[in-house]
Amino acid sequence: MAYDVNTIFQIAGIGIVVAMIHTVLKQMGKEDWAHWVTLIGFVVVLYMVATIVDDLFQKIRSVFLLQG
Amino acid sequence: MTIEIVQIVGFALIATFLILLLQPKQPEVALLIGLATGAFIFLYLLAPIESALQLISSLSGQAGVNSIYIQTLLKIIGVAYIAEFGAHIARDADQEAIAAKIELAGKLIIIMLAIPIFQVLIETILTLMPRGA
Repeated sequence: MAYDVNTIFQIAGIGIVVAMIHTVLKQMGKEDWAHWVTLIGFVVVLYMVATIVDDLFQKIRSVFLLQG
Repeated sequence: MTIEIVQIVGFALIATFLILLLQPKQPEVALLIGLATGAFIFLYLLAPIESALQLISSLSGQAGVNSIYIQTLLKIIGVAYIAEFGAHIARDADQEAIAAKIELAGKLIIIMLAIPIFQVLIETILTLMPRGA
């Protein structure tokens, strides 16, 4: 249980930090950099979530005899 | 394996607040948090589901039911769960059309899985019917 709550907090933390960096870079007038930061943050979060969803699907396949 | 409803609801509420916090700034990350939360809750629920399914299959084995029927039933339930999960995620992202297509695919695959059972049913009915009547 603890691990999973931590993962959610981790994802949300990445989101908040990326939003902050985005705002700061925008204030500095570096719009293109801000967009890249947002994109990279999204890719990192997407990788984490994709790992979790892959785990879920493998478990469902093993429980419900969907192999092959 | 005990499963606590308070744990799951607390977890879901934390995730909901985090999504509310992130929604205006980073809608993509908010959607991904929703996806991860759904996956985690499902992962918790999978352990009790597994023990219940083991009970069902052992009972059906004692009752002498052909195991291929139970297996097909389990496969259908699994396909339904996965299709539902994907469709809800697509719907959360306001992609109603993709959600509808996922559901369509799920229904088609379920029909394909059910065809052998249906065939057996039809054959049984045909053997019961008097020939040439």
